[in-house]
Amino acid sequence: MLLIECPWCGQCEQSEFHYGGEAHLTRATPESDNTELTGFLFLRSNVRGDTAERWFHAAGCRRWFNARRNTVDDRFICTYKPGQNAPQETTDA
Amino acid sequence: MILPAAKCGACNMQRYSLFNLIRQSLGYHRGWQSNWRTPAPKDHYDIVIVGGGGHGLATAYYLAKKHGINRVAVIEKGWLGGGNTGRNTTIVRSNYLYDESSALFEHAMQLWEGLSQELNYNVMFSQRGLMHLAHNEHDLHEITRRCHAIRMNGIDSELLTPRQIKQRVPMINLNARFPVLGALYQGRAGTARHDAVAWGYARGADALGVDIIQNCEVLGFDIQNNEVRGVHTTQGLIRADKVGCVAAGNSSVLAAKAGLKLPLESATLQAFVSEPLKPMLDSVVTSNTVHCYVSQSDKGELVIGGSSDPYNSYSQRGGFDQIEHVVGPMVELYPVISRLKMMRQWGGTVDLAPDRSPILGESAVSNLYFNCGWGTGGFKAPPGSGDLFADSLANDRMHPILQPFGLERFTSGELIDEGAAAGVAH
Ligand SMILES: Cc1cc2nc3c(=O)[nH]c(=O)nc-3n(C[C@H](O)[C@H](O)[C@H](O)COP(=O)(O)OP(=O)(O)OC[C@H]3O[C@@H](n4cnc5c(N)ncnc54)[C@H](O)[C@@H]3O)c2cc1C
Ligand SMILES: [Zn+2]
Repeated sequence: MLLIECPWCGQCEQSEFHYGGEAHLTRATPESDNTELTGFLFLRSNVRGDTAERWFHAAGCRRWFNARRNTVDDRFICTYKPGQNAPQETTDA
Repeated sequence: MILPAAKCGACNMQRYSLFNLIRQSLGYHRGWQSNWRTPAPKDHYDIVIVGGGGHGLATAYYLAKKHGINRVAVIEKGWLGGGNTGRNTTIVRSNYLYDESSALFEHAMQLWEGLSQELNYNVMFSQRGLMHLAHNEHDLHEITRRCHAIRMNGIDSELLTPRQIKQRVPMINLNARFPVLGALYQGRAGTARHDAVAWGYARGADALGVDIIQNCEVLGFDIQNNEVRGVHTTQGLIRADKVGCVAAGNSSVLAAKAGLKLPLESATLQAFVSEPLKPMLDSVVTSNTVHCYVSQSDKGELVIGGSSDPYNSYSQRGGFDQIEHVVGPMVELYPVISRLKMMRQWGGTVDLAPDRSPILGESAVSNLYFNCGWGTGGFKAPPGSGDLFADSLANDRMHPILQPFGLERFTSGELIDEGAAAGVAH
């Protein structure tokens, strides 16, 4: 099981969290055309390697946050609060 | 004494038969030829298939067999069947809810039924029957609806009572925490030998002239004027008139090399096998509600799986918590296995589409096709997918059965939502 660093609660077991998919997507708006909607709803970068994604601390503080993780070895690079840009340094969490 | 075995009429393939077995035994079995060649890539092919799993190899086989196109290469970065084709739990069925899925999976099923003969290779297809358990009122309604929909499409489907289930599966605990109230049953469903599917198609394709190139990774595409002209590989540029990407969990990675995004997410799906036991289970039993499924291999091992790990990953290994999620309901449903030891555990990278249906079609780059999104349930499909994808590549248009499975559905909204409706457990 992965150990995940919640920015508010610190390190907890993965079973406390829900996965939220790709982070920093541009949301569709009522003005979006079909192509933009397809992009927002369905198309994903699905990166093999260093990726930014959302997690929800469901059995903890129940807050959303973002993480950078390497999808090849599943190691978390860092986690950060919503609204922040992904930190560029690789402070191994 | 090394004896040549009798060859098949049309090609160079050594046939497997009792006669050839006896003949070879006289020469201490030193006269068998290898199943496929190891050719160096040529400069140019009519069609390049990226990915040497069941779907890619079947596509190449049918291109050569049915369309006479044999200037074809299958390019595999590792070894044949080393992806999900060699990692799955081998369940084959065709009882899907929607008409589009029925047409596709039943086409595959009918080809499975003659596949060992077609390939002259024993794929050990065993139509031992498959049950989907229902554990509550809602499940019962759902399987009843699905049973009727499947029958309307002319595919065999029955509802079983708890008593009938107990007769077929004496080890089941009907009064589990989530009691067993009924099952949807397909008698023609079953299992097959996964490696044999890759090897059988590879051997057949090779004999018809297809080049199978292993240990060769596709690194990118040669695209000119929005048209694909070839693939860049670890063994150099290989030119091609058309390219079919059949790379399962790595499809998004390939698409990105062509500047495309796909509606796919890659995640780990795990499976386990137990120590071998005496015969105790002669059908496949799955449950979407408590999410575990089991069959018994010919060696006696219980082959067990559940749902995929909850986050995107290319690691081909999953978490312990997911194992617990599968083993818990297994022990509750089959208390007799509670002290059974697991021998092996592994994971594969599955390509999940939002509606849990496969994606087959031409991409925004012309002559660059994708066959992917088979996710957790594509082992049942290589014969059908290969046959119809080959037909589509050969004729420059998608086969009518495949048309609903194109990328357009994610813009038009015509999803084939097996994920929500049928709970596609394999
Ligand atoms: C644990 C598990 C259990 C499953 N159980 C079932 C089941 O019971 N029933 C069922 O129907 N389905 C099941 N599946 C799903 C099934 O295994 C897959 O849908 C199916 O095998 C996919 O076949 P494929 O040929 O498309 O992909 P693969 O067999 O994965 O082949 C793709 C190939 O492409 C190669 N490749 C990738 N990138 C490149 C590149 N850049 N260059 C060259 N080659 C590349 C890979 O090395 C790989 O060999 C299961 C899957 C898993 C992981
Ligand atoms: Zn928290």
